Amino acid sequence: MTAETMPRTPLVEMRDIRVAFGGVHAVDGVSIDLYPGEVVALVGGNGAGKTTLIKTLSGAHKCDSGQIFVNGEPVSIDTPRDAKEYAIETIYQTLALAENIDAPGNMFLGRELKTRFRTLDDSAMESAARQVMGRLNPKFKNLKVPVASLSGGQRQSVAIARAVHFNAKILIMDEPTAALGPAETDQVNELVAQLKAEGIGIFLISHDIHDVFDLADRISVMSQGKLVGTVNKADVTKDEVLAMIIMGIPPGQATESDLEQLHD
Amino acid sequence: MTELSTAVPEKVEPPESGGPAGLRSIKRLMQATELDTRLLGMLGALAVIWIGFHIWSGGTFLTPRNLWNLSVQTAAVAIMATGMVLVIVSRNIDLSVGSMLAVVGMAMALFQAEILPDWIGFDHPLTWVLTLLVGLALGAIIGAFQGAIIAYVGVPSFIVTLGGLLVWRGVAWWMASGRTIAPMDSNFQLLGGGSEGTIGGGWSWIVGIAASAGIIALLINNRRQRRRFGFGLRPTWADTAIGVVGVGVVLGAIAYLNRYYLPERLAMRRFEEQGLAFPDGGANISLGLAYPVLIAIVVALVMTFVATRLTFGRYVFAIGGNPEAAELGGIKTRFNTVKTFALMGVLVAIAASVQIARLNAATSGIGQLSELYVIAAAVIGGTSLSGGIGTIPGAVLGALVMQSLQSGMVLVGVDAPLQDIAVGFVLVVAVAIDSYFRKRSST
Ligand SMILES: Nc1ncnc2c1ncn2[C@@H]1O[C@H](COP(=O)(O)OP(=O)(O)OP(=O)(O)O)[C@@H](O)[C@H]1O
Ligand SMILES: [Mg+2]
Repeated sequence: MTAETMPRTPLVEMRDIRVAFGGVHAVDGVSIDLYPGEVVALVGGNGAGKTTLIKTLSGAHKCDSGQIFVNGEPVSIDTPRDAKEYAIETIYQTLALAENIDAPGNMFLGRELKTRFRTLDDSAMESAARQVMGRLNPKFKNLKVPVASLSGGQRQSVAIARAVHFNAKILIMDEPTAALGPAETDQVNELVAQLKAEGIGIFLISHDIHDVFDLADRISVMSQGKLVGTVNKADVTKDEVLAMIIMGIPPGQATESDLEQLHD
Repeated sequence: MTELSTAVPEKVEPPESGGPAGLRSIKRLMQATELDTRLLGMLGALAVIWIGFHIWSGGTFLTPRNLWNLSVQTAAVAIMATGMVLVIVSRNIDLSVGSMLAVVGMAMALFQAEILPDWIGFDHPLTWVLTLLVGLALGAIIGAFQGAIIAYVGVPSFIVTLGGLLVWRGVAWWMASGRTIAPMDSNFQLLGGGSEGTIGGGWSWIVGIAASAGIIALLINNRRQRRRFGFGLRPTWADTAIGVVGVGVVLGAIAYLNRYYLPERLAMRRFEEQGLAFPDGGANISLGLAYPVLIAIVVALVMTFVATRLTFGRYVFAIGGNPEAAELGGIKTRFNTVKTFALMGVLVAIAASVQIARLNAATSGIGQLSELYVIAAAVIGGTSLSGGIGTIPGAVLGALVMQSLQSGMVLVGVDAPLQDIAVGFVLVVAVAIDSYFRKRSST
């Protein structure tokens, strides 16, 4: 057996995850997994349950039932701190930035660098922030102002910089390019490719089917809280994925007429 | 890519557009010195109030004597306002500080006047420390208790502390069945800053010189830090100017306050006590800084440090800016809330000691309405009630503005109801002006 065909353990495996809000089954028995150096795109219409699903992995809220394995070990992730212990970093759809605090302050929120007197080392944090930002968004130099006064794209780079700086092994990106212009989107996509090459596993949530096909290795489609299916990108066409998203038709079962309907 | 190339200095871009040359150079000055415009605006307002009352009172407001009294009267509210800033910044409010002050003050009075004497006798040199420790502990416990209900039970702080306002006032009455507890221990009384409770002229100079050294050390350290990481430096002239002005203000204030002398009768007695002959031409003994003022200054410095240099303070601001982001960042937001209210309780205890020491008595009525003055001081000082924004120096200045208004009106003999009307009016106008400029600067 070569290394290629050996059954590797997944970086993350989420098994039969369920989350309900009141009567709404936001996530209803979903299982997905992720291997090192792989990009798994998570797609689905608005309200499909994508954000809710990955929030159980990032520690933002607990699942009602289901199991999470990291490197094959069962883990319980109850708080964002737990997730960070396992080197899981998240770029939230809402960005999760404190508006009144500057970019370095936000990047290091909850994990501040300290001087030997246990006080905040703002200079060191600013320096680290400049270094990461030089790589992500070199034009953005105005780091010392509250993020409330930044543009949408700059704010997004702050959120991305936070995840990148802390050497994630597992990166969750919830619509990371939603607020970005074409040039910045390209930059982020380049970054995704680069991180993937470094062996990081990435869950990428996106509504842009072209980006998904550019970046992902596998695509998991959700609809109304359920997993429609997971497919290898190489095995499907964009239309087939769209059929999964829009009509909830399982992979390989879409007929010619179904696909035609898409284009009406 | 080297570290330096990503850390390009980006200071002092001259504004392309905007006003006449004079305005533009003021703008440039402000940018170069990175001074807080809101704080400067408040200093301006304070100057207007002071000069206005000085003229109106026929030249008595700005006398060393009146300013010395003003400094003592401001202390208690200023001490509590520094804590209220953090409470409000974290999107909470504490309406119970006035009643808490009564409970803690009452407890400290009972402890030193009725409990401790049974153990260690009257006027023991340790009485004041033990009393203070009891007060600080009680303040912290009450604050933490209210904070825990807010954080872990999820009752809004407005409700919890509104309840506290009623409960603690009642408890304060019940503790001594409404009696007045007096007198206070003789050492403890010094905390109130009577004619004895001051550090004297010489020590005031030493404090002033230490403060000046501190200002210079901070400026130098700041430059060193920025150079270490290759960030743009403030122009040298700007740092020098800040240093000169800062030191000048500190030493000027000390020199001026030191011109408030002990009244002749008391001066004479002091000479007698030391077995010296009283000089014929009279003697000018400076009172110097009063203890409560010194305490307020130390509290303001410590609280500024807590708010800006410690993770606790950073978290308070993060929670106020975006509670969800703070939570997702892994911050223990609930425990942080408990700590914030406990800290507020400690500051109330410090203010309570100053208050009962100054009155030389405690009643269940002390601190009435002071929650409103404390909140007003914080808000006039630029603290935003929607959370996330506020500074400690601002709140201290806010307390000074409020007290200046009140003392000034008493000095010129404005009727009491009119005084309330004026203070209420100023509060609303100050916040209106502040939110106007905030809106303009954020767009
Ligand atoms: N905190 C919450 N309380 C109640 N219901 C919620 C909550 N969060 C999500 N939901 C519900 O759960 C369902 C899934 O929402 P979720 O945000 O996971 O969708 P999504 O796939 O991320 O959608 P989008 O593409 O719009 O971001 C929706 O019906 C939503 O209304
Ligand atoms: Mg979502």
